Amino acid sequence: MSTTNHGDYFIPEPSKWPIVGTVALTTTVIGVVNTIHSMQAGGSMSLLLPIGLLLIAYLFFGWFGAVIDESMAGLYNEQVDRSFRIGMLWFIFSEVMFFAAFFGALFYARVFALDWLAGGSNNAMTNELLWPGFEGVWPLLTNPDNAAIPGPKESMGPGGLPAINTAILLLSSVTVTIAHHALRQDHRKPLILWLAATVALGVIFLFLQVEEYVHAYQEMGLTLDSGIYGSTFFMLTGFHGFHVTMGTTMLLVMLIRAIKGHFTSDNHFAFEAVAWYWHFVDVVWLGLFIFVYWL
Amino acid sequence: MSAVIEEHHDHHDHKPSGIGRWLFSTNHKDIGTMYLWFSFIMFFVGGAMALVIRAELFQPGLQLVEPEFFNQMTTLHGLIMVFGVIMPGFVGLANWMVPMMIGAPDMALPRMNNWSFWLLPGAFGMLIASLIMSLMGMGSAPNFGWTFYAPLSTTYGPASTDYFIFSVHLMGISSIMGAINIIATIMNMRAPGMSYMKMPIFVWTWFITAYLLIAVMPVLAGVVTMMLMDRNFGTSFFNAAGGGDPVLFQHVFWFFGHPEVYIMILPAFGVVSQIVPTFARKKIFGYSSMVYATASIAFLSFIVWAHHMFTTGMPVAGELFFMYATMLIAIPTGVKVFNWVSTMWRGSMTFETPMLFAIGFIFLFTIGGFTGLMMCIAPADFQYHDTYFIVAHFHYVLATGAAFSIMAAVYFWIPKWTGNMYDEKLGKLHFWLTAIGGNILFFPMHFVGLAGMPRRIPDYSLQFAEFNAMATVGAFIFGFSQLIFLYNVIKTIRGGEKATDQVWEGADGLEWTLPSPAPFHSFTTPPTVK
Ligand code: HEM
Ligand SMILES: [Cu+2]
Repeated sequence: MSTTNHGDYFIPEPSKWPIVGTVALTTTVIGVVNTIHSMQAGGSMSLLLPIGLLLIAYLFFGWFGAVIDESMAGLYNEQVDRSFRIGMLWFIFSEVMFFAAFFGALFYARVFALDWLAGGSNNAMTNELLWPGFEGVWPLLTNPDNAAIPGPKESMGPGGLPAINTAILLLSSVTVTIAHHALRQDHRKPLILWLAATVALGVIFLFLQVEEYVHAYQEMGLTLDSGIYGSTFFMLTGFHGFHVTMGTTMLLVMLIRAIKGHFTSDNHFAFEAVAWYWHFVDVVWLGLFIFVYWL
Repeated sequence: MSAVIEEHHDHHDHKPSGIGRWLFSTNHKDIGTMYLWFSFIMFFVGGAMALVIRAELFQPGLQLVEPEFFNQMTTLHGLIMVFGVIMPGFVGLANWMVPMMIGAPDMALPRMNNWSFWLLPGAFGMLIASLIMSLMGMGSAPNFGWTFYAPLSTTYGPASTDYFIFSVHLMGISSIMGAINIIATIMNMRAPGMSYMKMPIFVWTWFITAYLLIAVMPVLAGVVTMMLMDRNFGTSFFNAAGGGDPVLFQHVFWFFGHPEVYIMILPAFGVVSQIVPTFARKKIFGYSSMVYATASIAFLSFIVWAHHMFTTGMPVAGELFFMYATMLIAIPTGVKVFNWVSTMWRGSMTFETPMLFAIGFIFLFTIGGFTGLMMCIAPADFQYHDTYFIVAHFHYVLATGAAFSIMAAVYFWIPKWTGNMYDEKLGKLHFWLTAIGGNILFFPMHFVGLAGMPRRIPDYSLQFAEFNAMATVGAFIFGFSQLIFLYNVIKTIRGGEKATDQVWEGADGLEWTLPSPAPFHSFTTPPTVK
């Protein structure tokens, strides 16, 4: 990627990546919908979906590759670095708000919806007319219309796997910080070691999460379609798991780059951005652990 | 992939040519131009839908379209005007003007800037494709209103709803990236000496709008995701039988929706705050109070959402809280109107087209603000809710408010963009036809609304006939006078009297120090700001 000199400023040359990104995302989302519709009709996956996903992979490799090349070629000045930092910070904030929507739904259901369905506040007649005898307790095991939407047999407590997963994520936040300190002092070996440990912890977390889901589906009757408890449980933990997957992948890329000798002690924004992201994923998990599993 | 770093082309101020200039652009002006044209085209598409709606409502009874199609028209009209016209229009203005106003060469993240834009044709392509399919008799386009309440959009939504959901996702990604870019640009690219409290008000309003976008577009993404899950994967978010609640949809939607209406009006405030001082040849009255008022409006916009839900059976404490919180917004809004009027007070005023639109904005937006105050009184809103009164309210703030400000901005800045003056006679004609047509169109809606005519219906009782006929006549005047606007814009691009650098006698600010038309890269060396 070549660049013209604009005084003190860095301005990238025209780039094909935004267009690739548009085609990739549009193809993917159409592919997702077509797949959903075709599967509901007993068909199979739409071809657009894998094509779109491949395009997204191409996009990431290409675009980030270009940025890495530019960065290694020393084209970026402090100002560009600051723009990237501001961008990443507010991107993470937007992710926080995305989770806030689902946490909001959880609180609303627990505090208001169930209480009102059970006749609370001024809703005695709601209860009487819709589903008389319904009791709004959390975790909700008996749904208002339990015949149409059977509730789960039991709820997911905080002990066991969730507690272990909490420890794993907290630990991984520590390891990534140690790796960062190592990088800042230009200690390549410990950087690689601690980063590898962080990736491993991420993978273990995901593995245990899958284990938990299997258990929920097969033994507890806790599924996406088992009422509001299952809906909020899987939506929150699922999107969190998706973010852990993204985070682990990004950490892996950082690990590979560290092994290849990228980054210097004072120039490693990509690493920092991933570390921020990882801490964010960690904090979201704490919220989940408290409000989804524990209280 | 890029082993080409060595080959430094040195084309200073040399525009890339052909279609590639637009597809691969990293230039804030070209991207701004694409946003503005996209918005303009969508304005005509959404406007055509509005004319279908008004034509059907010219007389009571069903004449032109099936009720099912009528619903698709109201839905797509609303979605296109909000997400396809007003929002991209303002982003286009921000792209063009923010770097020039703060003394920067371009936006902070130029490639992401282009991506933000190009996602929009993808998103609206999907949406409009569902309408074309519907016209060809294959299923229905979204038909549940632009607010897509559950269960209309979940249990009863047509198959195209799933495409709609992802189209909203794409728009959301586009807006979030656009907002991040604007924040990074304003925080990081200001010329030396351009402190925050020296920034032009337009820059300030966009700065705050960008925060609103980052805070609420993800919530919109969240609510459509819950819809997708409820529709296809058996979750119960909006289904009371499983312990959820359809009213939850409205809470999450309006938590996005109310800040969204401010996203559509704060940049308009910014535009008017640039134009009024220019044509009154005075500094803006109360600069810092303008900034603080904008910030308080933004803050308050997060705690008033349920004024859209007074009739859903909220507890009384909730009704009262949202009623009083909403009333509070009138205070900073009043500060702004006061400041604009005070800026004009004893100014040496002239009334070129941008100023006409700006003054039109101040009058007509304020009417919309007053009806807003009427509706935020919870017990009164039980009468107004879901009637044409609401339609009148939000068209005064959005059509004769936000859209007027975009038109004002185009007339104000097009000499800087193209280097040519627009045709003043045509501009004035456009303003008067739009203003008069707009009032014939929207003012009678207040009366039928107060008398109880519900919104979003293709047929109505006889006593509403006269006012509806009037509104339809106004709609066609309003709609067709936009062709004058289109003609005038094209004519200005093609040529015309050459504009000076300062363009307007009273113009003040960095953008007016650049040549007209502005060079491809705005400030390649930072200007000094006194
Ligand atoms: C003084 C300021 C304002 C107040 C007090 C206010 C109040 C309200 C209230 C109470 C409603 C709900 C009415 C109902 O559904 O029963 C409403 C609806 C609406 N307002 Fe405002 N408003 C104000 C300014 C604005 C502005 C600046 C905009 C946009 C630029 C706006 C756009 C809308 C829209 C689009 C709706 C209708 C939403 C729908 O149901 O489709 N309002 N407003
Ligand atoms: Cu509102």
